[in-house]
Amino acid sequence: MYSFEYHRPESIAQATALRAEAEDAIYLAGGQTLIPTLKQRLAAPSDVIDLSRVPGLAGIELKSDCVVIGAMTRHAEVAASAEVARAIPALAFLAGEIGDAQVRNRGTLGGSVANSDPSADYPAAVIGLGATIVTDRRRIAADDFFHDLFETALEAGELLTAIEFPIAKRAAYCKFPNPASRYAVVGVFAADFGGKVRVGVTGAGPCAFRATAIEAALGKKLDAKSVDAVEIEYDRFNSDLHASAEYRANLVRVMAKRAVEKLLTA
Amino acid sequence: MSDTGIGKSVKRREDLRFITGRGRYTDDVNRPNQVYAVFLRSPYPRARIVSIDASGADEVAGVIGVFTGKDLSADKIGDLPCGWMVKSKDGSDMKIAPHPPLAVEVVNYVGEPYGIVVAESLAAARDGAEVVATEFEELTPTVSVANATAGAQLHTNVPDNVCYLWELGDADATNAAFAAAAHVTKLTFSNNRLIPNAMEPRAAVASFDAATEEFTLVTTSQNPHLERLILSAFVQLAPEHKLRVIAPDVGGGFGSKIFVYAEETAVAWAARRVGRPVKWTADRSESFLADAHGRDHLTTAELALDGDGLFQGLRVRTRANLGAYLSTFASSVPTYLYGTLLAGQYRTPAIHVEVEGVYTNTAPVDAYRGAGRPEATYVVERLVETAARELKVDPAALRRRNFIAPDQFPYQTPVALEYDTGNYEASLAAALEKSDYANFAARKAASEQRGKRRGIGFSCYIEACGLAPSQLAIQLGAGVGLYESGEVRVNPTGNVTVFTGSHSHGQGHETTFAQVVSDKLGIPFENVEVVHGDTGRVEFGLGTYGSRSIAVGGSALVKATDKIIAKGKRIAAHMMDTNADSVDFSDGEFAARDSNQKLTFGEVAFAAYVPSNYPSSEEPGLSEKAFYDPKNFTFPAGTHIAEVEIDPETGVVDVVNFVAVDDFGRVINPMIVEGQVHGGIAQGIGQALLEHGIYDDGGQLITGSYMDYCMPRADDLPSFDVDMTVTPCTHNPLGVKGCGEAGAIGAPAAIMNAVTDALGVVDLPMPATPERVWRAARG
Amino acid sequence: MKVSLTVNGRRHDVDVAPNTLLVDVLRGRLGLTGTHVGCDTSQCGACTVHLDGRSVKSCTVLAAQVDGAAVTTIEGIGSPDALHPMQAAFRDCHALQCGFCTPGMIMSAIDLVQNVENLDERKVREGLEGNLCRCTGYHNIVKAVLNAAESM
Ligand SMILES: Cc1cc2nc3c(=O)[nH]c(=O)nc-3n(C[C@H](O)[C@H](O)[C@H](O)COP(=O)(O)OP(=O)(O)OC[C@H]3O[C@@H](n4cnc5c(N)ncnc54)[C@H](O)[C@@H]3O)c2cc1C
Ligand code: FES
Ligand code: FES
Repeated sequence: MYSFEYHRPESIAQATALRAEAEDAIYLAGGQTLIPTLKQRLAAPSDVIDLSRVPGLAGIELKSDCVVIGAMTRHAEVAASAEVARAIPALAFLAGEIGDAQVRNRGTLGGSVANSDPSADYPAAVIGLGATIVTDRRRIAADDFFHDLFETALEAGELLTAIEFPIAKRAAYCKFPNPASRYAVVGVFAADFGGKVRVGVTGAGPCAFRATAIEAALGKKLDAKSVDAVEIEYDRFNSDLHASAEYRANLVRVMAKRAVEKLLTA
Repeated sequence: MSDTGIGKSVKRREDLRFITGRGRYTDDVNRPNQVYAVFLRSPYPRARIVSIDASGADEVAGVIGVFTGKDLSADKIGDLPCGWMVKSKDGSDMKIAPHPPLAVEVVNYVGEPYGIVVAESLAAARDGAEVVATEFEELTPTVSVANATAGAQLHTNVPDNVCYLWELGDADATNAAFAAAAHVTKLTFSNNRLIPNAMEPRAAVASFDAATEEFTLVTTSQNPHLERLILSAFVQLAPEHKLRVIAPDVGGGFGSKIFVYAEETAVAWAARRVGRPVKWTADRSESFLADAHGRDHLTTAELALDGDGLFQGLRVRTRANLGAYLSTFASSVPTYLYGTLLAGQYRTPAIHVEVEGVYTNTAPVDAYRGAGRPEATYVVERLVETAARELKVDPAALRRRNFIAPDQFPYQTPVALEYDTGNYEASLAAALEKSDYANFAARKAASEQRGKRRGIGFSCYIEACGLAPSQLAIQLGAGVGLYESGEVRVNPTGNVTVFTGSHSHGQGHETTFAQVVSDKLGIPFENVEVVHGDTGRVEFGLGTYGSRSIAVGGSALVKATDKIIAKGKRIAAHMMDTNADSVDFSDGEFAARDSNQKLTFGEVAFAAYVPSNYPSSEEPGLSEKAFYDPKNFTFPAGTHIAEVEIDPETGVVDVVNFVAVDDFGRVINPMIVEGQVHGGIAQGIGQALLEHGIYDDGGQLITGSYMDYCMPRADDLPSFDVDMTVTPCTHNPLGVKGCGEAGAIGAPAAIMNAVTDALGVVDLPMPATPERVWRAARG
Repeated sequence: MKVSLTVNGRRHDVDVAPNTLLVDVLRGRLGLTGTHVGCDTSQCGACTVHLDGRSVKSCTVLAAQVDGAAVTTIEGIGSPDALHPMQAAFRDCHALQCGFCTPGMIMSAIDLVQNVENLDERKVREGLEGNLCRCTGYHNIVKAVLNAAESM
């Protein structure tokens, strides 16, 4: 790890100010992505701004039409949350599928979504539920948030503070984990908002996206078989030693079908 | 019988320190004033080192020095040797590529060390290494084993990159068998490259005492004496009596810590050079690049059968990847540890195998759990299973028809080995029963109902363990004898310190060896301490690999114990006024047959050290050494049956049942033996379904971390159903055979036979990854 | 920078560089070498300790982050004559061979038993996903955790 200055701000204003002042600062949330990156010497920030003591960034709040989860809320808290389990059980399930127990005890929602790893789980739910990303300066719709591999709508220094997940009538997440790393090779989050169906896909492409063709088919008939007729284009899908683009396309279909089956029996 | 004797599942005494965090592994060792080493490693699979400019590093605060291969050779540090000479079939010696510990002119694999940076802190060493400016001239690499002989030549003395073309068996007889065959089954397959991944990365802490000119090297070794021998006799680091090698607690080896590597060599050299203790611990990323890998074969194999389904001939052509250089035992693995096992459990009368060992620009390949024997088992058992399918006979029945029968032992195979004993039918029958083979069809049908495909696969393996009768081994090219040494030192108060040349890095010798010695001496288990892993304390040893510890090291201790008892009888006879022939020893007591006098073991031990009433013909003291040279290999064998269920939509293979029935001869501690089997099976399943060391065409290792190299995790595996049958080994005093590798040997073929059965395909390459299986399932 | 942390019930004030990992403080500064390092990509779990009662990979936590927190390592849960039930179960079930993964495995297993209800074999296997063992094939580890769950 290269050397850096460490800061532990105690307010959002302080955090963003530190970030703005430093030459090349970076926020530290749970550190489950950032610290391995630093250890490999793949990043050399001048300053690391630890968000763990910023008040108000962690926590889960159940509202009438959505669940608001603070950026610093750990995966394990979401997985174990009674509120989330009541409102959007699929989201609690998804959180419990991330990495392993130790990672879930540290990793945060904000870190995961801000990072936009192509094989991260949360982005599937953000897209699938049509969540709203709240930052220190604005609100961003899920559909506008993920831009590319590790690229999001967040501007330099913009701090993700919370995410509002609309409560679907029913929803389900199905993940095909990478056998080695356990990240998602493909993960599909399907949500039924009473007639309107959203399907978020992670793992398959450079970043999470809406599977609009599948949504359309499910919109006509909310049934796993509807997915069979959908042509899944995979020209822009990822291809690596664990899964070719073609195989990923198959997994998108299979995970989508399984998510629908699960959703229907939920 | 005591509850700590031979045959009892005694809880391990080493556990107490491990479960409380008090183990002492190499990286836990720190020396006063120590400095830290980081290696400069090649980013290229093949390149000429044009220049190394370390001036930048010298400016980094804390950097003490940057040393290269030239510094080592200026100090006359020799090449890393390969300890086994294999001859080609034309009688010529294998072609040995020069292997300097730190590359001097050319680097030949990604991760090959060519320099060492020594600094006050690890961070400073890393900073220093990062700013060393090395100019490389890239050369065309030869990466794939398939193209090895056609690719660019790595070493000037090795035309076509062929190290040897070795053969075993009778080619003419085998060809004749094929000419007369009623049926021939032929398969071409690879045996995937594996990366051992003991959980403790390799490490070394070396110090040099300028006053006595003695080196102390603490390192992660399975065989510290061999390490010392090689570093002295071949590498010329220091004379043997000036070099102490300590292998403290070692966190798993699986073969990868047998070998003498560049890193500990350079670290020891650097300790003298900088005059301070030097410490190095591998990052896992370094382990991936620079630990010796395993397997990596391409094979075409054919089995000839007559009209009755009897095996008549086996013809095997293998190309084995040796990597860029010959690691310590690399040459023997795909030859003597492979070709000799191709008879399997069968009476196949004619066998011929040809192995081409080739160099490629990849990390050296050497022994990894099973070493040659998993590859041989894979060949035989995939062929046999496939033949059964082709002939539409039950695979168990076909095997039975060809088994060497219990009354045929000792059995001379056509590939050099003489099996002493076995009962293959017994383990097969037990395994069939346990796996509920009779009802498999019903389970398969139930799976199909759920849209799944179920398959079952057998593997009736045999292995040769207990390496090895020295004369035979040396005849076959080994550079050392393969006996083992042991010492039983009875202390004046009657407790016992046992010194063994075997080394435990998970096998539990501190427990099992104490069981053996306490059982033989009839003294409490607690009174026996086992010392291993230190050339300064243990006289000599050849270490632990090839499932040899109990069969060879244990036998040496039995021999030493017998000498103790014999001397004890002479002392006791004197004390009881009789002659030694009239003294019986049992349960820790010497009893005079002609009177009712008795002496305890402790009393005799005390007399040996306080010799007042003592025979004048005896030296004082009660301590005996023994070297045990086995008369033959041991031949553990057994049947593994795997049952898998495949999700055809995703290609995921679920191992729903795994049965292993093994014959390890007599068992000292069943609990430990079962644990060994479990671990081996996990690695075997890992090979079949998950693990694969992959270099891309450009020679980069693309499975260089746990992100991509798929290690078996708890939820990838089922619980295993393990049992044993027993035919005692006929030629060692304990009747033991060894159990450390069986799981890794038997499992891959069982799993792949099950997967191919489920899919209804002839073959599928290992590992059977979800995508491969999905494609196969689609047809 | 100054970091004060409680380890196994004892408070320590250490002066570290900001880029120091928790595991390096434990092993290097405090001599608690029971916590091991088996990888450099945060995947093997050999370094698992409890941070304020929950399992974390101490190779993936900065020392600075634990300022004011309580850390428990393998050395802090029991001793040879007063073993934690999980330690005892590991020994009784032969759930370790080389012992290298063991401290991390035990720390994860304790968290698992404390936080997951109705443990069964499947849940134990999934719950230990973050800990690699190369020796045991996990068979006896699973057994040990289920046994310990009974007595904890
Ligand atoms: C072994 C292992 C397995 C894993 N498996 C999975 C998996 O299966 N699925 C999965 O989805 N993830 C997985 N992860 C990643 C894990 O979920 C991470 O926790 C997550 O990706 C990042 O969250 P973090 O809180 O740790 O963020 P950090 O690592 O602290 O930060 C990540 C990035 O986000 C930025 N950032 C953090 N918080 C904010 C914020 N509030 N506003 C703006 N920017 C911010 C940081 O500056 C940094 O660039 C795994 C990680 C490990 C180590
Ligand atoms: S050392 Fe491997 S996860 Fe921490
Ligand atoms: S006991 Fe050796 S790695 Fe688990």
